[in-house]
Amino acid sequence: MTILTPLPDNTQPANLPPPANWRKYFSFSHDHKVIGIQYLVTSFFFYLIGGALAAAVRTELATPASDFVSPELYNSLFTLHGTVMIFLWIVPATAGFINYLVPLMIGARDMAFPRLNALAFWIIPPAGILLMASFFVTGGPAGAGWTSYPPLSTMSPKAGELIWILSVLLLGSSSILGAVNFVVTIWKMRHPKMGWNDMPLVCWASLATGVLILLSTPVLAGALILLSFDLIVGTAFFNPTGGGDPIVYQHMFWFYSHPAVYIMILPVFGMISEIIPVHARKPIFGYRAIAYSSLAICFLGLIVWAHHMFTSGTPPWLRMFFMFATMVIAVPTGIKVFSWVATLWGGKLNLNSALFFAMGFVSMFVIGGISGVMLAAVPFDIHVHDTYFVVAHFHYVLFGGSVFGLYAGIYHWFPKMTGRMMNETLGKIHFALTFIGFNLTFLPMHKLGLEGMNRRIAEYDPKYATINMICTIGTYLLAVSTFPFIINAVWSWIKGEKAVANPWSGLTLEWSTSSPPPEENFETEPVLLCHPYAYGKRPQVPPSGNLDPATSPLST
Amino acid sequence: MKIPSQIATLLAGILLTLLSLWYGYNHHLLPIAASAEADLIDDLFNVMMTIGTGIFILVQGALLWVIFRYRRKAGDDTDAKYIHGNIPLEIVWTAIPAVIVLALSIYSFDIYEQMGGLNPMDHSSHLASAHGEEAHGTSVANAGPGAAIAAPLEAPPEASTTATAVDGTKATLPTGENPTGEDAVTPVIVPPDAVTPKDVVSPDGMAPNVVTPKEVAIPVTVPADSVKPKNPAAVPATIPDRNSVIVNVNGLQFAWLFNYEGTEVTAGELHVPVGRDVRLNISAMDVLHAFWVPEFRVKQDAIPGRTVSLRFLPTKVGEYPVICAELCGAYHGVMKTKVVVEPEDAFQAWLTSQQVASRPDQDPQLQQAIALAHPSTLHLSDADYLAPYAQRLGVTVEHLQSIQAMQQMPDPHL
Repeated sequence: MTILTPLPDNTQPANLPPPANWRKYFSFSHDHKVIGIQYLVTSFFFYLIGGALAAAVRTELATPASDFVSPELYNSLFTLHGTVMIFLWIVPATAGFINYLVPLMIGARDMAFPRLNALAFWIIPPAGILLMASFFVTGGPAGAGWTSYPPLSTMSPKAGELIWILSVLLLGSSSILGAVNFVVTIWKMRHPKMGWNDMPLVCWASLATGVLILLSTPVLAGALILLSFDLIVGTAFFNPTGGGDPIVYQHMFWFYSHPAVYIMILPVFGMISEIIPVHARKPIFGYRAIAYSSLAICFLGLIVWAHHMFTSGTPPWLRMFFMFATMVIAVPTGIKVFSWVATLWGGKLNLNSALFFAMGFVSMFVIGGISGVMLAAVPFDIHVHDTYFVVAHFHYVLFGGSVFGLYAGIYHWFPKMTGRMMNETLGKIHFALTFIGFNLTFLPMHKLGLEGMNRRIAEYDPKYATINMICTIGTYLLAVSTFPFIINAVWSWIKGEKAVANPWSGLTLEWSTSSPPPEENFETEPVLLCHPYAYGKRPQVPPSGNLDPATSPLST
Repeated sequence: MKIPSQIATLLAGILLTLLSLWYGYNHHLLPIAASAEADLIDDLFNVMMTIGTGIFILVQGALLWVIFRYRRKAGDDTDAKYIHGNIPLEIVWTAIPAVIVLALSIYSFDIYEQMGGLNPMDHSSHLASAHGEEAHGTSVANAGPGAAIAAPLEAPPEASTTATAVDGTKATLPTGENPTGEDAVTPVIVPPDAVTPKDVVSPDGMAPNVVTPKEVAIPVTVPADSVKPKNPAAVPATIPDRNSVIVNVNGLQFAWLFNYEGTEVTAGELHVPVGRDVRLNISAMDVLHAFWVPEFRVKQDAIPGRTVSLRFLPTKVGEYPVICAELCGAYHGVMKTKVVVEPEDAFQAWLTSQQVASRPDQDPQLQQAIALAHPSTLHLSDADYLAPYAQRLGVTVEHLQSIQAMQQMPDPHL
């Protein structure tokens, strides 16, 4: 029986303690809201760096010849592009949203371990700067791909590779510390009246994400530590000339890095499940199915890693097992997609930037899901493994999926975080440019891969020149698309229209406090009145704003 | 009113199915299929493309529809209808994808089996033995500097006893005549279950080629014209019979080397006869590479310290690119060569022309070529040995220098 505080019906409660001072954002603040925004702003900064790296990669690929950067630098560019986008943008950005939203949504005053939370964030900037610094060391940055497979990685320039390992280890540690917090907070700090099935879906998704991080990230740390021994002290864990096995590294690496995909997408699934009902004015369709499918994805995500290794000489029976397990993941994922579409169906759609990005997410993620099932089929994967088909696939999942979802989240919660509304016109321009630029960049890559263009190459067969040029133009459009967003975010934050406490008439608890919320989140203990998705059946709030919980029409 | 809406749904369903089927089989996204495996994989892809197109149209269509149909009217601030779920509908959209993926798994499994992927011989891998390869002459140069260390780790102490038993069995050759003085390449027929390739190590540490009776028992020769791509029976699931072409493939930064089993021939490009089974024993010298021919739809990583088999049946005469598909360093993008699929007689002629170079009684011009074929006897460095092949491959001087630099680099692991 979830309930909500009487909605402060489009008014901003007066005489609240002032929200966090700007200086707090540069401090070791323990406030989960400050930390959440620290995560988001920092990771967005790295997103721009990762994007610049991508633009450099695509500029090289605009023509078939290797004529823009040296081949060594090219390898470093895509290596760092992948590393930055995964470890410094999507993972910390989703952690930022989880940090900001979960305590508010469950009616808590902060995370379970506020100091640990601050520590987890403050590991990220030095780790990111360290990684960028590798551009200035002898031999340049790591160039063995974000997967860093030995023996190539252990034969690369040592300094750059070592910095890469160190940086990813730090970022992984940060992720683990954050995950401990998510799990304990959701488990222990929920509003006393909030049962498991009354939690907003972001909380279910965050719980699943936290569990995945805790189970898989330590394995990556193990792999990287062994790799660093191979690199600096000449051990031979993964070196065949010393009796080691490079395939073992791949198993350890993907034991983390496949779940990492779900670590990056599950929180976004949760956010989409919040955003769509609010702007469609309709309850989420199939709450329990969506909630439990997150757990199913969490479990299945742990047993599919070797589908990245179908051509690595893994035993055939193993390939069959991983093929089946991978395909099964399509079922819980499909449940979510169909539920979102059903939520929209028959709604009263408030077509703003947040909902456009959320629907763009569903639309793009479906394409990534379809190509994902194709890739799970071993015989077909053998053809397209390590080609642009795979590049297209994971960008549809991680850009069309995660990044669209993160943008949707920013447009949706910006009023809550900053107390200001974003500009809708700029938001829609941003969406249109991103949507077109994204599809122009990545849709043609499917064809490139199927036809025979392998990935991670600086020069390619001239017969692929036209399609590559289209992809490069799309990339530039994507780069341009971030400008309306940056202008919008900065301008709105400073001068935007003031936001009321609940600009979207949402039912989850974060909308029951002021925008931005005070330091301890809620002025008074929040009262739960209805299920977080009871649109169409919400309790009528009397003009007094005070509703007696005992007489309110409770609903499940 | 009810009937028209049902008819509309039915018509939409038929249209969706037809559109999906049409696109699934007319997408023109794949290059030509030049192997029997390619035909099988294309069938699978077309099926997946049909299902994928259907789901794509369904979801994107629904999203577009709601944008136009369910847009909020200006000034309407009320909620929509309270619909929080529909259990039968949820069961349907859980069950349908479950059935689809189950069917796809079974179908993929079947295709994989037809490709011979489930034959335990196919993808078994064993650590390459440096001693064993020494006898092959050409291969030794390609063995990694430390492969000799790896071999004893893999060879069990009782291997010599096993090998003695093996030596007593009947020996045959897979292709061509016995090259002079190359007893080590003699394939050995062993009784079933007696040994696995991993166990067969002769007393001096050599790893003879093992042909299991199962493989010999099915002497499948598939002439080019008899290959019916749609007919799975045309694809032999097991090989190699004495008609398969066995090629040892070695990847190195940034070239491929193809050594024809049982001959002295080592080439920078792969020649295979059309309609005959090809078995590649793929390994790598330095880092991971991956052997990929898009037109054959087959790919296999080349892993240093291991030999992994890959089989395919070329069905179309032509030249196709061989591409390295696993990041292998700065010049990964130029690590390419070609595979030439040619009629049997053209293939034999090419093989002979390559073999002539190894005959000692040829004119002095070819002496160098002979020497190159025996780098171990002449104590040539790998780089010197590779030079002519590299030239033929169009590898530039800087590539060679990088290879040489690697050779001269003290191995940090030793």
